[in-house]
Amino acid sequence: MITDPPKIVTSRLEHADSHTLERYLATGGYDGLRRALTMTPEAVAEEVDAASLLGRGGAGFPAGRKWAMLRKNPVTYLVVNGDESEPATFKDHLLVERDPHQLLEGVVIAAYALQVSQVFIFVRGEFALGLERVQAALNDAYSHGAVGADIFGSGFSVDVVVHPGAGAYICGEETALLESLEGKRGFPRIKPPFFPAAIGLYGEPTVVNNVETMSNLPWIVIHGGAAFAALGEGRSTGTRLFALAGHVNNPGVFELEMVKTTFNDLINAPVLGGGIPHGRGLKAFIPGGVSAPWFGPDQIDLPLGQDEVAAAGSMLGSGSIVVMDDHTCAVRAAWRITKFFARESCGQCTPCREGSGWLEKIMERIETGQGREEDLDLLLDACDNIAPGLTWPPQQTTICVLGPSIPSSIGSAIEMFRDEFLVHIKEGGCPYE
Amino acid sequence: MTDQATPTPVGAPRRAGRHGAAEPSHLSPERLERARRLIALYPEPRSALIPLCHLAQEQDGWLTPEAMVDVAALVGVTPTEVLGTASFYDMLHTEPVGSHVVAVCTNIACLLGGAAELLEHAEASLGVNVGGTTADGVVTLEEAECLADCDRTPCVQVNHRFVGAQTPESFDALVADLRSGARAEEIPSHGTLIRVARANGLEADPDRVVAERAAMAEAQARRAAEAEAAKAASDRGAGGPPS
Repeated sequence: MITDPPKIVTSRLEHADSHTLERYLATGGYDGLRRALTMTPEAVAEEVDAASLLGRGGAGFPAGRKWAMLRKNPVTYLVVNGDESEPATFKDHLLVERDPHQLLEGVVIAAYALQVSQVFIFVRGEFALGLERVQAALNDAYSHGAVGADIFGSGFSVDVVVHPGAGAYICGEETALLESLEGKRGFPRIKPPFFPAAIGLYGEPTVVNNVETMSNLPWIVIHGGAAFAALGEGRSTGTRLFALAGHVNNPGVFELEMVKTTFNDLINAPVLGGGIPHGRGLKAFIPGGVSAPWFGPDQIDLPLGQDEVAAAGSMLGSGSIVVMDDHTCAVRAAWRITKFFARESCGQCTPCREGSGWLEKIMERIETGQGREEDLDLLLDACDNIAPGLTWPPQQTTICVLGPSIPSSIGSAIEMFRDEFLVHIKEGGCPYE
Repeated sequence: MTDQATPTPVGAPRRAGRHGAAEPSHLSPERLERARRLIALYPEPRSALIPLCHLAQEQDGWLTPEAMVDVAALVGVTPTEVLGTASFYDMLHTEPVGSHVVAVCTNIACLLGGAAELLEHAEASLGVNVGGTTADGVVTLEEAECLADCDRTPCVQVNHRFVGAQTPESFDALVADLRSGARAEEIPSHGTLIRVARANGLEADPDRVVAERAAMAEAQARRAAEAEAAKAASDRGAGGPPS
């Protein structure tokens, strides 16, 4: 079912000048912040708690609970994760480039709720235009009195710094992001015991939140957490941006009510994905970024909800859906995903660093016709070394989840398309070429 | 080390002198000024390391050894630490590149959209392999990972500016434009990343920065004390800790 929820984060995108302060103010911009400043910081945090806003980065951790972990320690830093680089995810790119003031308003609201006086917005380095748009918006917001000292005369002050990344997938992992922000290589930190909430940036308590999570806050403050929680179902409340890519007639980013809409609606509805081109059939789809196990046509009626997708053995992750039609070579697709992980493994942990490289080499030789009969078992054995048992969610042998994400995607591809892998090996080449 | 007792001014390298670093001499005076402003934005100078590498690339088109010596001196680390950090990141080029780095994404969404074929065409049409630079120094070809523009595939960026989905024909036209300079306004030469300078905020007055940071620390200490007091009060209110 396609519901017609309020546009919470995409309301301004119909305007070509949606990134300007003029348009922002003309469309209710900074009203949420003004309202938040009349409330106590605790009351603002309670609204976010009531909204039960799940983090929109990929892990889906409730934002309110992340904040509550910090109320014990006074928070020192708020860091916004705009390092969107999960393959086929392109929603934060949209928000950063097209509605930077909405992001900034959310950021200042969060800073007020957490009583933080220093914020860093980490924006992926490859978003040159996005970086310029956020910096320009920040300059305008300072002049407007919405950021900086004594915001709107409330006595609350916060400084916001836009920090450019330099090209590394792993910096989307929050502790790697913090290392990068400290001017180091993006090596994820060991956790537990110490999450950023306890020991974060410069060793101080730090909240790290995603761009989309922040962009929801102005609406939540104005309409109340209950109104947000009334949308969606179960733990998956509100609307969410779904990035649809691959073999569909109308790829793009869609703001949909959580749970109410199914993958089938998203892929096939004329107002959304518009179906698969050339009248072809669906072979498989990836439900939440390439780290997620694949789904087949049987799962197409699942709702777009975090728990529903998890129960079916995958994850909604970063909210990006990749559709593969029935002319797609599963081996080639899985090989490309493995190549990505091999290239982006930071190199700290042996299972991920070595395993990803071996997996990629084996996949390449299967796709190019050099595969051996024992290769499928070898692949699964190497996968098992990275994530023992190949369970979902994966067991972890590494500091972060990049390594264990590799077996999830390859394992599901092999499980679903074992015959296709075997044909590559037996016929000495790719049957799709 | 005679200056240990003197408090380090904000924005100055914390460990300047420790490695015998000379005064920065490679970056232009205007960029040195911008570098010092960037450093002042962060509680720790080293946080400015990557932004300063971008700044150095803006000047030279790539991250030269001379620039790394300057960056090291500015943030108070060794040049080797700058190289060790920079070499982790795809966007920081420690070898010369062309004036336009053309990145063709071949990750999953683009692969499904024909990216492998586009990359093959690009190699043939430019006469270079991935990683190579054309003889005229205009184009360095890269195979990129997902650039987050997946509804316009195959996705191409030039100097980190999105140029939309490309066909082999449009790709050749794009390269012709880069050679003629037709899109120079929209796509600055490699290294220039953010053309919007920070206009206001903490870079104004170092003394005010010190004062604000002190006030911040004081406010945090006060909130900590209040939180403790509130917790103690609520514990008392609940009749002591639960057994």
